[in-house]
Amino acid sequence: MAYHSGYGAHGSKHRARATPDPSSLFDDTSGGYSSQPGGYPAPGVDVAFNVNHLLGDPMATAAMAYGSSIASHGKDMVNKELHRFVSVNKLKYFFAVDTAYVAKKLGLLVFPYTHQNWEVQYNRDVPLPPRQDLNAPDLYIPTMAFITYVLLAGMALGIQKRFSPEVLGLCASTALVWMVIEVLALLLGLYLATVRSELSTFHLLAYSGYKYVGMILSVLTGLLFGSDGYYVALAWTSSALMYFIVRSLRTAALSPDSMGGPSSQQRVQLYLTLGAAAFQPLIIYWLTFHLVR
Amino acid sequence: MAFTLYSLLQAALLCVNAIAVLHEERFLKNIGWGTDQGIGGFGEEPGIKSQLMNLIRSVRTVMRVPLIIVNSVAIVLLLLFG
Repeated sequence: MAYHSGYGAHGSKHRARATPDPSSLFDDTSGGYSSQPGGYPAPGVDVAFNVNHLLGDPMATAAMAYGSSIASHGKDMVNKELHRFVSVNKLKYFFAVDTAYVAKKLGLLVFPYTHQNWEVQYNRDVPLPPRQDLNAPDLYIPTMAFITYVLLAGMALGIQKRFSPEVLGLCASTALVWMVIEVLALLLGLYLATVRSELSTFHLLAYSGYKYVGMILSVLTGLLFGSDGYYVALAWTSSALMYFIVRSLRTAALSPDSMGGPSSQQRVQLYLTLGAAAFQPLIIYWLTFHLVR
Repeated sequence: MAFTLYSLLQAALLCVNAIAVLHEERFLKNIGWGTDQGIGGFGEEPGIKSQLMNLIRSVRTVMRVPLIIVNSVAIVLLLLFG
């Protein structure tokens, strides 16, 4: 019985079995390849016997077992590295939404003028998740709105007969780049103005992602009602979004202590909020006007 | 204006290069942005100018070695792929 250690020896084993192999309880339909138990150092060889009639080659099963162990090792490594950069628990907070919250938040984004209480509620120094607090920012709506915007842009370009598959990727990456630029500019402004707030990067990402809802509404209205409808919807959603951003950032997180600090700091914080709010209509117009000509 | 992620990386690399080439003695001291001129007392609010000077100094200190590597990679990529 040959205990071969190489890969090319499987052709020579099919004549070497004189006694019936007790572990082969099935018909060996693999056409000449025998189920040799020894010689292969792979750990999954016992499993390989059950699927031997499928693969017909212990070398392939050994390679598959080796590859799966490598893949699980790589997955563990990737998870460990990812956990060092992105705190998954904090990310989970932003996706803890339910249907009622999403519906009320979308209504708030379109018509924020009657909402009274803009404070984010806490539960012993921990902010409440969006499921229980309407004012908490979330990342579910911005993500879904971004994907919907990309699809809608593809559809609008298709209506104008300017569609090609590269356009979708270009639109998505352009919008993503503008969002990255805006978040970086906000982070730089917050750092320079030494604003000590609990606005993390994900909060800024959430607040700058809410403009995609306005973009979707403007593009839809422009497709349905023509150019005039687009400008009306643009004006409405821009003013609603500016009001929403100013109220949310001012009361919730930007200046938690309005008594302390000289007034120049508060003025800089106010300019920062107003600048962030004024940037929104510009970017909404810039990213959508080429879709509704 | 159609951006790609690669153009964002290129723009970021150029901006960090621009901050890294600001010379300490010849330029920053002459316009009053040197690192030994900005640290006023231990006041609570540092002010925008000192924050900016701190930012420039820390970017120049931290990114000196990684910039060499990233610039070399960018040069090789541009030579190969245009």
